[in-house]
Amino acid sequence: MRRQPWIAAAQKGLIWGGVAVFLALVGMVETFAGRQIVVGVISLGLALPVLTAVVAGYQGAQGHPGGAPGAFLARGALGGAAVGTVVSGLVVLGTFVNMRSMFVSASPTMFETLSFGRGVSGIPLVLLGAAAVGAVGAAASLLSPGVRRPLVTALAWTLGIGLFQELLQILLHAEGTRTAVRELLFVEDGLSMRGATIVFALAWGATAGWARRGGAVRQWHGRLSAPRQRVLRLSSLGAAVALLLLVPLGGGLFLSQVLVLVGLFALLGLGLNIVVGFAGLLDLGYVAFFAIGAYTVGLLTSVGEHGIIGLSFWAAVPVAVAVSLVAGVLLGVPVLGIRGDYLAIATLGFGEIIRILVLSDFLRPWLGGSQGVLGIPKPMIGGFEFRGPEQLFYLTLASCALVIFIAMRLRDSRLGRAWMAVREDEDVAEAMGINLVNVKLMAFAMGAAFGGLSGAIFAVMLGSIFPHSFQLLISINVLALIIVGGMGSMPGVIVGSLFLVGMPELLREFAEYRFLIYGASLVLMMQLRPEGLWPAAALRRELHAAEEMGPSGRAEAAAGSGRPLEE
Amino acid sequence: MRRFSVVDLYLWAFRIVVLMVVVWGMIGTIMARRYPGDVWIDFVVFGMSQGSIYALIALGYTMVYGILRMINFAHGEVFMSGAYTGYFVAAAFGRSGYLDRNPVVSLLVVLAVAMITSTAIALLLERVAYRPLRRSPRLVPLIAAIGASFFLQYTFRGFFGSGFQAYPEAQMLKGTWVIAGIGILRTQAVVLVASVLMMLGLYAFVMRTKTGTAMRAVSEDREAAALMGIDVDRAIVIAFAVGASMAGAAGFLYAIVFKQVHFFMGFVPGIKAFTAAVLGGIGNIPGAMLGGLFLGLFESVGPILFLEGLGIVAPYQLKDVIAFTMLVMVLIFRPSGIMGERLVAKKA
Repeated sequence: MRRQPWIAAAQKGLIWGGVAVFLALVGMVETFAGRQIVVGVISLGLALPVLTAVVAGYQGAQGHPGGAPGAFLARGALGGAAVGTVVSGLVVLGTFVNMRSMFVSASPTMFETLSFGRGVSGIPLVLLGAAAVGAVGAAASLLSPGVRRPLVTALAWTLGIGLFQELLQILLHAEGTRTAVRELLFVEDGLSMRGATIVFALAWGATAGWARRGGAVRQWHGRLSAPRQRVLRLSSLGAAVALLLLVPLGGGLFLSQVLVLVGLFALLGLGLNIVVGFAGLLDLGYVAFFAIGAYTVGLLTSVGEHGIIGLSFWAAVPVAVAVSLVAGVLLGVPVLGIRGDYLAIATLGFGEIIRILVLSDFLRPWLGGSQGVLGIPKPMIGGFEFRGPEQLFYLTLASCALVIFIAMRLRDSRLGRAWMAVREDEDVAEAMGINLVNVKLMAFAMGAAFGGLSGAIFAVMLGSIFPHSFQLLISINVLALIIVGGMGSMPGVIVGSLFLVGMPELLREFAEYRFLIYGASLVLMMQLRPEGLWPAAALRRELHAAEEMGPSGRAEAAAGSGRPLEE
Repeated sequence: MRRFSVVDLYLWAFRIVVLMVVVWGMIGTIMARRYPGDVWIDFVVFGMSQGSIYALIALGYTMVYGILRMINFAHGEVFMSGAYTGYFVAAAFGRSGYLDRNPVVSLLVVLAVAMITSTAIALLLERVAYRPLRRSPRLVPLIAAIGASFFLQYTFRGFFGSGFQAYPEAQMLKGTWVIAGIGILRTQAVVLVASVLMMLGLYAFVMRTKTGTAMRAVSEDREAAALMGIDVDRAIVIAFAVGASMAGAAGFLYAIVFKQVHFFMGFVPGIKAFTAAVLGGIGNIPGAMLGGLFLGLFESVGPILFLEGLGIVAPYQLKDVIAFTMLVMVLIFRPSGIMGERLVAKKA
């Protein structure tokens, strides 16, 4: 009986050691070895295996509540040491066997990073370090929440600022105080030791301060009269919008480019959210409408060989939206009767059909085949040209605002309620007098129109369009960002696109591993938080009500919230 | 009497247009007499061997769907992982010359490695990604499967690089055999024979053994089967394992026909195989086999037969359009597939 927790700790350690080996062989350790978090202290490449040891220690220490602190720490150390053993095994294997003919990432750099630059002779150090780190992980579970929370927050902030240092350094690249701040925090390509300490202390102080004073602030806010609260809310919203408007001025080209991409995906997400989140129709061919919008604008405005009439962007956009809308109806009608998973596959088929047709030699005379449509002029207003990302940012932002407004009004309208009813239970909705055909078609059409709008902006952003931009991946990415953000929730769409589109763009090193992280986070998300990061209010209420009812009620509510896809 | 609506009208128009395109194209192609008979036979043989690969993969979709009502989106990646790991063994055999000295043994070893890897990966997937979601709403496992599919693809990319790897060719499989006056590429003959044998084996397993009976019982009614003392978890795991081993075998066969492997190679065959499963009536094992063969045949003959007659350039580029159009048509007009009567009854 007494030995059980020890075995469990070792097992946890071995599992996490496997994760560390996976991270190494998939190439993340090597690729991120150059990315310094705190210069001279730790790189991201090393931080990953260290993190696995921390988690192994933390998890390994659990499982025997109420034990002595010493046993706790020892179990954590055991878990960490198990991770260290597995990693050392990899180092030994890699030193004596050439694994590179199979595993392309099994490079000397990786083994150097893993063994602190010492090869096989570094193994005692690895074991010792891993055990120590595991013990630290275990110690975290001993701390009182009052200490642990500021600590974790402060560490997260330091890590975050270390990760985003490139971006922050660009932002701080200016004369005056900004340069002073930069020099205080950063050296070359990472936080300096001094900078890390400052960030850590500030974050700690702020979190601890909020823990002490936060209640009072909330009380003060609660005591304000309703109109005053409203004013406060509106003014903070206004401040956020003003800040957003200033981004291209202060943030420069790169940040604007990233934000335009985020905006485009948010736009797509808002459109698909209507179809999937509101009406519960799982559409995997959404990229088709994106493509249709892009090609319509491309063909109508291009000054290249495939251009038809050389309209201006502003005249072409309504046409593109209308064409997408019609396409949405035309594609929607045949698949109306199909439910659930089958609908996903049928729409996926449609998306692929469109892409293959566009790519084919058959339609090449009109659509340019794989060479695409070139020479799409940038939009102009008066003398102002939306030349680059800094200007297009405003166009994207305005479109997003417009679409959010429309989507909100739709959601709260009769039609929106009908959508939700259909999502919850098609048969009951029909019995209550909802015309399924009209309601579903409206969802398809609205979603398609927004997708078309996004495609239109995409076309002018690139200045040319190629069929390869319209892979099935886009549909899946958009679906993923809706789900990560929270189905049916509009803030969720924004959060999701920041998280899944913005972050990989900002962390350039991550770009290669984007889909790996995507995949893993989708699987994890479904297990840990199937309702998303920022779930829609109704869904949240449902889940909370279920929690109060206890575990059985929870399962029931979970089943209920997923009813849309049940046949 | 149902009311006649605009939607029905549209669907009828859709049917008629498709029918007209098909008939018109066929007439055009046949009148042109551009292809002699043996070219058509080549198309048919190629389509059959391609289709039998689809059929093998489709078995995995159909078995999992039959039991769990879940589309295992990552099944194409299970197929890819078999083909890819088989490659390392095959390449090692090829370098050492063992492949040509002892082709039958080495090909069997490669096949075994492919099947075992695929099975292991599918079981891991089931354990880690799907089992915790057994009781959640249907969208949740579907998304998890999409995530798992990405994860597997890019894991392979990270492990083994993003390039195409050339599969070694066994001397024995080069050239053609002439059977009954028809020349058949050796690889295609091997693929056809191997996959037919495997499908027969699977069919016997499902219909004749106790485990197979248990699986069928679970797919009929999970609760009732559990009440009768059947270990439902075990039946699910076996469905995954058997489906995945078929996908691994398909990966091996695919690799000896197309002679290269790539981390993204599972995607299109995966979708096609799913199409085949739907075509035959998903959840129905003979249906999946038939659907696979049918789809392969259609894909290889269709572009020339239906499209070239319409004067479309490079019709072979559109073979996927034919496959997907067929999928959509089947879903719209006969969602139960060619063989599937059962599912309709179940839905009602």
